[in-house]
Amino acid sequence: MPYLSRLPVDLRNLEDQVRRPDRGAVVSFVGQVRDHHGGRAVTSLGYSAYEPMVEKVCAEIVTTAERRWPVGVAMVHRIGELAIGDCAVAIVVAAGHRDEAFDACRWMIEEVKARLPIWKRERYADGAEAWVDPTLGAGTESPGPR
Amino acid sequence: MSFRVLLFARYAELFGAPEIAVVLRDGASVADLISALRDLPGGESLPAVPFVAVNFEQSDSARRLMPGDELALLPPLAGG
Repeated sequence: MPYLSRLPVDLRNLEDQVRRPDRGAVVSFVGQVRDHHGGRAVTSLGYSAYEPMVEKVCAEIVTTAERRWPVGVAMVHRIGELAIGDCAVAIVVAAGHRDEAFDACRWMIEEVKARLPIWKRERYADGAEAWVDPTLGAGTESPGPR
Repeated sequence: MSFRVLLFARYAELFGAPEIAVVLRDGASVADLISALRDLPGGESLPAVPFVAVNFEQSDSARRLMPGDELALLPPLAGG
Protein backbone atom coordinates (compact mmCIF):
# COMPACT_ATOMS: atom_id res chain seq x y z
CA MET A 1 0.00 0.00 0.00
CA PRO A 2 1.43 3.42 -0.87
CA TYR A 3 2.40 5.71 1.99
CA LEU A 4 1.62 8.89 0.04
CA SER A 5 -2.02 9.75 -0.53
CA ARG A 6 -3.84 12.37 -2.57
CA LEU A 7 -7.05 11.57 -0.70
CA PRO A 8 -8.11 12.59 2.84
CA VAL A 9 -6.63 10.35 5.53
CA ASP A 10 -8.96 7.66 6.91
CA LEU A 11 -7.61 7.26 10.45
CA ARG A 12 -10.04 4.46 11.32
CA ASN A 13 -8.82 2.46 8.33
CA LEU A 14 -5.19 2.90 9.47
CA GLU A 15 -6.08 1.77 13.00
CA ASP A 16 -7.92 -1.27 11.64
CA GLN A 17 -4.76 -2.29 9.78
CA VAL A 18 -2.82 -2.75 13.05
CA ARG A 19 -5.46 -3.75 15.62
CA ARG A 20 -5.10 -7.30 16.98
CA PRO A 21 -6.60 -9.06 19.98
CA ASP A 22 -3.16 -9.26 21.66
CA ARG A 23 -2.48 -5.54 21.21
CA GLY A 24 -3.91 -3.62 24.13
CA ALA A 25 -2.49 -0.21 23.22
CA VAL A 26 -3.12 1.84 20.08
CA VAL A 27 -1.35 5.21 19.79
CA SER A 28 -2.26 7.51 16.89
CA PHE A 29 -0.40 10.68 15.94
CA VAL A 30 -2.10 13.10 13.57
CA GLY A 31 -0.30 16.14 12.21
CA GLN A 32 -2.81 18.63 10.86
CA VAL A 33 -2.52 21.86 8.92
CA ARG A 34 -2.05 24.83 11.26
CA ASP A 35 -3.56 28.24 10.55
CA HIS A 36 -0.40 30.19 11.36
CA HIS A 37 3.36 30.02 10.89
CA GLY A 38 5.95 32.45 12.15
CA GLY A 39 3.30 34.98 13.11
CA ARG A 40 1.57 34.91 9.70
CA ALA A 41 -1.96 33.68 9.03
CA VAL A 42 -1.87 30.60 6.79
CA THR A 43 -4.90 29.96 4.58
CA SER A 44 -3.90 26.72 2.84
CA LEU A 45 -0.85 24.78 1.69
CA GLY A 46 0.39 22.34 -0.88
CA TYR A 47 2.70 19.37 -0.38
CA SER A 48 4.95 18.07 -3.14
CA ALA A 49 7.26 15.08 -2.87
CA TYR A 50 9.96 13.00 -4.47
CA GLU A 51 7.45 10.19 -4.52
CA PRO A 52 9.52 7.03 -5.11
CA MET A 53 11.99 8.08 -2.41
CA VAL A 54 9.18 8.82 0.05
CA GLU A 55 7.78 5.34 -0.50
CA LYS A 56 11.20 3.76 0.03
CA VAL A 57 12.01 5.74 3.18
CA CYS A 58 8.55 5.12 4.68
CA ALA A 59 9.01 1.39 4.13
CA GLU A 60 12.37 1.61 5.92
CA ILE A 61 10.82 3.52 8.84
CA VAL A 62 8.01 0.96 9.18
CA THR A 63 10.38 -2.00 8.97
CA THR A 64 12.79 -0.50 11.49
CA ALA A 65 10.03 0.38 13.98
CA GLU A 66 8.58 -3.13 13.82
CA ARG A 67 12.04 -4.62 14.29
CA ARG A 68 12.99 -2.34 17.17
CA TRP A 69 9.75 -2.59 19.15
CA PRO A 70 7.09 -5.35 19.41
CA VAL A 71 4.56 -3.24 17.52
CA GLY A 72 2.48 -3.09 14.36
CA VAL A 73 2.49 0.25 12.58
CA ALA A 74 0.68 2.03 9.77
CA MET A 75 1.29 5.48 8.35
CA VAL A 76 0.29 7.83 5.55
CA HIS A 77 1.39 11.29 4.40
CA ARG A 78 -0.75 13.58 2.28
CA ILE A 79 0.36 15.16 -0.97
CA GLY A 80 -1.38 17.88 -2.97
CA GLU A 81 -3.55 20.75 -1.76
CA LEU A 82 -4.67 20.85 1.89
CA ALA A 83 -6.94 23.14 3.89
CA ILE A 84 -6.56 24.30 7.49
CA GLY A 85 -7.29 21.40 9.83
CA ASP A 86 -6.71 18.70 7.22
CA CYS A 87 -4.69 15.72 8.36
CA ALA A 88 -1.24 16.01 6.77
CA VAL A 89 0.35 12.94 8.31
CA ALA A 90 -0.97 10.07 10.42
CA ILE A 91 0.95 7.37 12.25
CA VAL A 92 -0.73 4.54 14.12
CA VAL A 93 1.14 2.16 16.40
CA ALA A 94 -0.45 -0.85 18.09
CA ALA A 95 1.36 -2.84 20.76
CA GLY A 96 0.79 -5.13 23.68
CA HIS A 97 1.32 -2.23 26.08
CA ARG A 98 1.48 1.56 25.98
CA ASP A 99 5.19 2.11 26.59
CA GLU A 100 6.37 0.59 23.31
CA ALA A 101 3.43 2.10 21.42
CA PHE A 102 4.26 5.66 22.58
CA ASP A 103 8.01 5.15 22.08
CA ALA A 104 7.66 3.80 18.54
CA CYS A 105 5.14 6.47 17.52
CA ARG A 106 7.35 9.29 18.80
CA TRP A 107 10.38 7.83 17.01
CA MET A 108 8.44 7.46 13.75
CA ILE A 109 7.21 11.05 13.56
CA GLU A 110 10.74 12.34 14.18
CA GLU A 111 12.01 10.08 11.37
CA VAL A 112 9.25 11.39 9.09
CA LYS A 113 10.30 14.99 9.78
CA ALA A 114 14.00 14.26 9.34
CA ARG A 115 13.99 11.94 6.33
CA LEU A 116 10.99 12.23 4.01
CA PRO A 117 11.66 14.27 0.83
CA ILE A 118 8.46 16.29 1.08
CA TRP A 119 8.09 20.05 0.63
CA LYS A 120 5.41 22.41 1.80
CA ARG A 121 4.27 25.60 0.08
CA GLU A 122 2.22 27.83 2.36
CA ARG A 123 -0.29 30.43 1.22
CA TYR A 124 -0.88 33.37 3.53
CA ALA A 125 -3.84 35.60 4.25
CA ASP A 126 -2.07 38.56 2.61
CA GLY A 127 -1.90 36.66 -0.72
CA ALA A 128 1.81 35.80 -0.51
CA GLU A 129 3.11 32.24 -0.68
CA ALA A 130 6.41 30.60 0.16
CA TRP A 131 8.18 27.29 0.42
CA VAL A 132 8.67 26.40 4.07
CA ASP A 133 12.33 26.03 5.03
CA PRO A 134 12.64 24.52 8.53
CA THR A 135 16.38 25.29 8.53
CA LEU A 136 15.55 29.01 8.68
CA GLY A 137 14.06 30.67 11.75
CA ALA A 138 10.32 30.93 12.15
CA GLY A 139 8.80 33.69 10.06
CA THR A 140 11.51 33.67 7.41
CA GLU A 141 10.96 32.22 4.00
CA SER A 142 12.46 31.53 0.64
CA PRO A 143 9.95 33.12 -1.75
CA GLY A 144 11.25 32.10 -5.18
CA PRO A 145 9.48 33.07 -8.39
CA ARG A 146 5.85 32.11 -8.93
CA MET B 1 29.06 10.75 -17.90
CA SER B 2 25.74 12.44 -18.52
CA PHE B 3 23.15 12.60 -15.76
CA ARG B 4 19.60 13.79 -15.38
CA VAL B 5 19.14 15.54 -12.04
CA LEU B 6 15.64 15.76 -10.58
CA LEU B 7 14.72 19.09 -8.99
CA PHE B 8 11.95 19.79 -6.53
CA ALA B 9 10.06 22.65 -4.89
CA ARG B 10 12.23 25.76 -4.49
CA TYR B 11 15.15 24.23 -6.40
CA ALA B 12 12.93 23.54 -9.42
CA GLU B 13 12.03 27.23 -9.32
CA LEU B 14 15.68 28.29 -9.00
CA PHE B 15 16.62 26.39 -12.15
CA GLY B 16 13.28 26.95 -13.88
CA ALA B 17 12.74 23.25 -14.63
CA PRO B 18 11.79 19.99 -12.88
CA GLU B 19 14.99 18.32 -14.09
CA ILE B 20 18.29 19.31 -15.61
CA ALA B 21 21.02 17.52 -17.56
CA VAL B 22 24.60 17.62 -16.26
CA VAL B 23 27.76 16.20 -17.84
CA LEU B 24 30.49 15.11 -15.39
CA ARG B 25 33.87 13.47 -15.82
CA ASP B 26 34.13 9.72 -15.19
CA GLY B 27 34.56 9.02 -11.48
CA ALA B 28 32.88 12.27 -10.45
CA SER B 29 31.48 12.56 -6.92
CA VAL B 30 28.42 14.19 -5.39
CA ALA B 31 30.65 17.19 -4.60
CA ASP B 32 31.50 17.50 -8.32
CA LEU B 33 27.81 17.38 -9.14
CA ILE B 34 27.03 20.18 -6.67
CA SER B 35 29.87 22.24 -8.10
CA ALA B 36 28.55 21.76 -11.66
CA LEU B 37 25.03 22.69 -10.60
CA ARG B 38 26.30 25.80 -8.85
CA ASP B 39 27.81 27.00 -12.15
CA LEU B 40 24.44 26.85 -13.92
CA PRO B 41 22.01 29.79 -14.02
CA GLY B 42 20.10 29.73 -10.71
CA GLY B 43 22.68 27.48 -9.07
CA GLU B 44 24.43 30.33 -7.30
CA SER B 45 21.55 30.42 -4.79
CA LEU B 46 22.12 26.84 -3.62
CA PRO B 47 23.28 26.39 -0.01
CA ALA B 48 26.88 25.32 0.62
CA VAL B 49 25.96 21.65 0.99
CA PRO B 50 22.54 20.88 -0.48
CA PHE B 51 21.07 17.42 0.10
CA VAL B 52 21.64 15.08 -2.83
CA ALA B 53 19.86 11.74 -3.17
CA VAL B 54 21.56 9.02 -5.20
CA ASN B 55 19.21 6.16 -6.03
CA PHE B 56 16.74 7.35 -3.37
CA GLU B 57 19.32 7.60 -0.55
CA GLN B 58 20.70 10.81 0.92
CA SER B 59 24.37 10.71 0.05
CA ASP B 60 27.44 12.46 1.35
CA SER B 61 29.62 14.59 -0.87
CA ALA B 62 32.34 11.96 -1.32
CA ARG B 63 30.04 9.39 -2.94
CA ARG B 64 31.18 8.44 -6.44
CA LEU B 65 28.55 8.55 -9.16
CA MET B 66 27.96 5.67 -11.53
CA PRO B 67 26.30 5.72 -14.96
CA GLY B 68 22.57 5.22 -14.56
CA ASP B 69 22.38 6.60 -11.01
CA GLU B 70 19.15 8.46 -10.30
CA LEU B 71 20.15 11.85 -8.92
CA ALA B 72 17.92 14.31 -7.09
CA LEU B 73 18.66 17.65 -5.48
CA LEU B 74 16.58 18.01 -2.32
CA PRO B 75 15.60 21.34 -0.73
CA PRO B 76 15.35 21.43 3.09
CA LEU B 77 12.80 18.77 4.02
CA ALA B 78 9.44 19.99 5.29
CA GLY B 79 7.24 16.93 5.68
CA GLY B 80 5.09 16.08 8.68
